[in-house]
Amino acid sequence: MELFIIFISAALVNNFVLAYFLGICPFVGVSNKLSSAISMGMATTFVMVLTAIVSWLLYNLILIPYSLDFLQIPSFILVIAALVQFVEMVIKRVSQPLYRALGIFLPLITTNCAILGLALFGSMREYSFAENVVFGVGAGAGFTLALIIMAGIREELDLADVPKPFRGAPITLIVAGILALAFMGFAGMI
Amino acid sequence: MKKQVSLSKEYLKGVWENNPILIQLLGLCPTLAVTVSAINGLAMGLAATFVLVMSSLLISSIRKIIPNQIRIASFIVIIATFVTVVDLVMKAKFPDLSKALGPFIPLIVVNCVILGRQEAFASKNNPGRAFLDAVGMGTGFTIALLVLGGIREIIGSRTFFGLQVLPDQYEPWLIMILPAGAFLTLGLLLGISNMYTDRKKRTEHESIIAHYKRVGREDIAEQLEVK
Repeated sequence: MELFIIFISAALVNNFVLAYFLGICPFVGVSNKLSSAISMGMATTFVMVLTAIVSWLLYNLILIPYSLDFLQIPSFILVIAALVQFVEMVIKRVSQPLYRALGIFLPLITTNCAILGLALFGSMREYSFAENVVFGVGAGAGFTLALIIMAGIREELDLADVPKPFRGAPITLIVAGILALAFMGFAGMI
Repeated sequence: MKKQVSLSKEYLKGVWENNPILIQLLGLCPTLAVTVSAINGLAMGLAATFVLVMSSLLISSIRKIIPNQIRIASFIVIIATFVTVVDLVMKAKFPDLSKALGPFIPLIVVNCVILGRQEAFASKNNPGRAFLDAVGMGTGFTIALLVLGGIREIIGSRTFFGLQVLPDQYEPWLIMILPAGAFLTLGLLLGISNMYTDRKKRTEHESIIAHYKRVGREDIAEQLEVK
């Protein structure tokens, strides 16, 4: 039950994009086509789950026992960068079509603040291992959901008559604002 | 050889012309998240500016010994070091502010403004220019955060830097300090800044046409009007 609440909270109530503003860059940048939004969402979720596992192990088995937690920021970012590189190599070997679909998005994920945010939140809230993994899955699902909804809206928005200065990023942000309002409706769930 | 830009221009381009938030749309995550009040915006802006200036200085001074293949990784390690410094200082000196900004101080590491400036500027220029560029970009970033935080604080909780500026009769718009308010305010701000830039470009264009008409070159004026 505890785990389920963490999942719902990360995916809907405290959605990473719409409540914590993490991962706004890909949210604005990649959400103009539905197909690339789905690929980006999948790639990010995948890396998020791996990060949740690895960062928990690193933090609780190495940094805390040796009281090195002041090295948290550099070590997390290095682990994430290495992880992304590793995932890229594995996917390239295992599945060429998947690599072609995710290829360009993977390097971008390194500088996606949602991933580092996930690792930092996990260590700040002192989650157990299982909780941290569920948190990663939930955050990834929430990110993918927000990205897909946004891409769907933006495909329609291309046909709308938007005032010229508001075309592009400004209208995207305003739509995101309305979407964030809608997501606030989930707040009553926990 | 590339024409050298004057030093003051190097500084000023970050403040308005290439403002990291309003024009380049970089570093939006902290921008939206922390600007519930002017003081938070200012603190975040200054913290990011410090990291940006220090890492630009360091990276441009050692730019010739960083091997090209691992430059991104080296930049990130240097940035992460300065972010750790800021994070620990904030925790020790301003515990309240540090709590309010939460994980967003550590998240300066992945702020694309900072990495972007290292890659685009500091790694190719001498420390003096890199310093000016970083201070300029930092100023632009801080001003944008301060404006955004100020607007949201005044409308959303009728105060500015904690001082009440609107009368009690004014009902605060709660939405402005909620996440949705951040998106809406920044969206409107971007739209207005676009409108201003467009208008400026148009008047410039019209004055050029008027000039050609004055000197009797109707043919060039007509060509320009078509554009």
